[in-house]
Amino acid sequence: MKYYLLNVMQPVGEPPGPDVLGEIEKRLDALNRELREAGAWVFAGGLHGPESSTVLRPRDGDVLVTDGPYAEGKEMLGGISLIKAPDLDAALAWGRKLALATTLPIEVRPFLGEAGE
Amino acid sequence: MMTGPDIEAVFRAEYGRAVAVLVRFLGDIDIAEEAVQDAFATALRRWPETGLPPSPAGWIITTARNRAVDRLRREATRDERHAQAALLHAPDAPPEEGPVRDDRLRLIFTCCHPALAMQARVALTLRLLGGLTTAQIARAFLVPESTMAQRLVRAKAKIRNAGIPYRVPRDADLPDRLTGVLAVVYLIFNQGYEGEAGLCEEALRLGRLLAELMPDEPEVTGLLALMLLVESRRDARRGGHGELVPLPEQDRDRWDRELIAEGQGLVRRCLRRNRPGPYQIQAAVQAVHSDAPTAEATDWGQILQLYDQLMAIAPSPVVALNRAVAVAEVEGPRQALDLVDALDLDGYRVFHAVRADLLRRLGRGTEAVRAYEAALALTGSPAERAFLQRRMRTVTR
Repeated sequence: MKYYLLNVMQPVGEPPGPDVLGEIEKRLDALNRELREAGAWVFAGGLHGPESSTVLRPRDGDVLVTDGPYAEGKEMLGGISLIKAPDLDAALAWGRKLALATTLPIEVRPFLGEAGE
Repeated sequence: MMTGPDIEAVFRAEYGRAVAVLVRFLGDIDIAEEAVQDAFATALRRWPETGLPPSPAGWIITTARNRAVDRLRREATRDERHAQAALLHAPDAPPEEGPVRDDRLRLIFTCCHPALAMQARVALTLRLLGGLTTAQIARAFLVPESTMAQRLVRAKAKIRNAGIPYRVPRDADLPDRLTGVLAVVYLIFNQGYEGEAGLCEEALRLGRLLAELMPDEPEVTGLLALMLLVESRRDARRGGHGELVPLPEQDRDRWDRELIAEGQGLVRRCLRRNRPGPYQIQAAVQAVHSDAPTAEATDWGQILQLYDQLMAIAPSPVVALNRAVAVAEVEGPRQALDLVDALDLDGYRVFHAVRADLLRRLGRGTEAVRAYEAALALTGSPAERAFLQRRMRTVTR
């Protein structure tokens, strides 16, 4: 078994209205239930935007605290799902469901090492 | 008496099979490759004296497996965990010949996994199943050897790190994944069509292998038939000065009748199945050409029908362009030119070459010359350039 990070790639800009978001949330709840029942769920959650982030930068043995965002781009990390899967095909099958639920691109990244079992 | 070329032939035929079995035993592509190469090096020393063993593939697989297990045991003290993990997959039982077929299929699906870049899929397939060297693959794709080496290293690292599985996909995923595999094989064939002939041979070998392993997939049969029928014209396609000879001008006595018979037999088998797909239809088009004793006798009406069918199931501008070529023969160049001019294919050399030919036939010389020039500007192959230049000279402005 391996751990995979499913990274929700959210476009920078206005999020969709509450109607749309409500639908997405319903679908996400259902997907998370399915992940738990399959024993694949480790953690999942949405993130505040990069305007809420803070960056800590080591400098000369000290650490500098600065306001985010740390990088300009067209996409940002919108949320993550951390899952456990036997191989990439299984992880991609979950990623596909997450893409359909969120209507957003999903990056699937393997963690270093094994997840045990 | 065994000679170098004899062993080379065994290598070509059995390399992929041996690597596929060893990957399953060892769970690691690099160790498997190295072990198989070791085994062939041993064969090269030994077979000239002992003669060919009764089952060369079995000999190579057993030797490679023993080498790999020895090596892993030797290194076990140095890199305990890795070696132990690999040894878990290497039971002491001798390798069986039975599941060998499935191993090669597994390896093809792993090499052609959609999570790998197309270039990486092609390179891996040629390397692991075809046994081509990194230098050979680099030459065929016109990139420096170091670039190709890096591409292969990265692809193998991704297979390992991302956990790309070593197995044939589930039934639900099979149609999609098989399309990806066939695309890789066809890309290898087309690269060979335009340059290195050895790639066509390799693509045909892969096509035959897939057809043998997946006899119930009509598109697999269709792709093999398509490649055979195109390959049958290899000799006739080149003129005395290496220039490209187009289909209507080819000396049909130089077509390879054996390949044609095999290809047409496969097309007929597909037709009986009645589950048409893009490769089968393209193969059927080629079969119509192969049927015609002369260019004038070509049944263009049937070809047009086939392109109509292809447009219905897999429409694309390139298919529309090919269909227009058939329209020119059935209805006339004027009607074809209208269709061609409506296509957005400005960066495609064949688009300009087809336009140039239609304009030439319509007596619109100045425009034809301009279209030939546009085609030439996009054409790298010397053989094709020679053909286009010759054609351009026949145009009266």
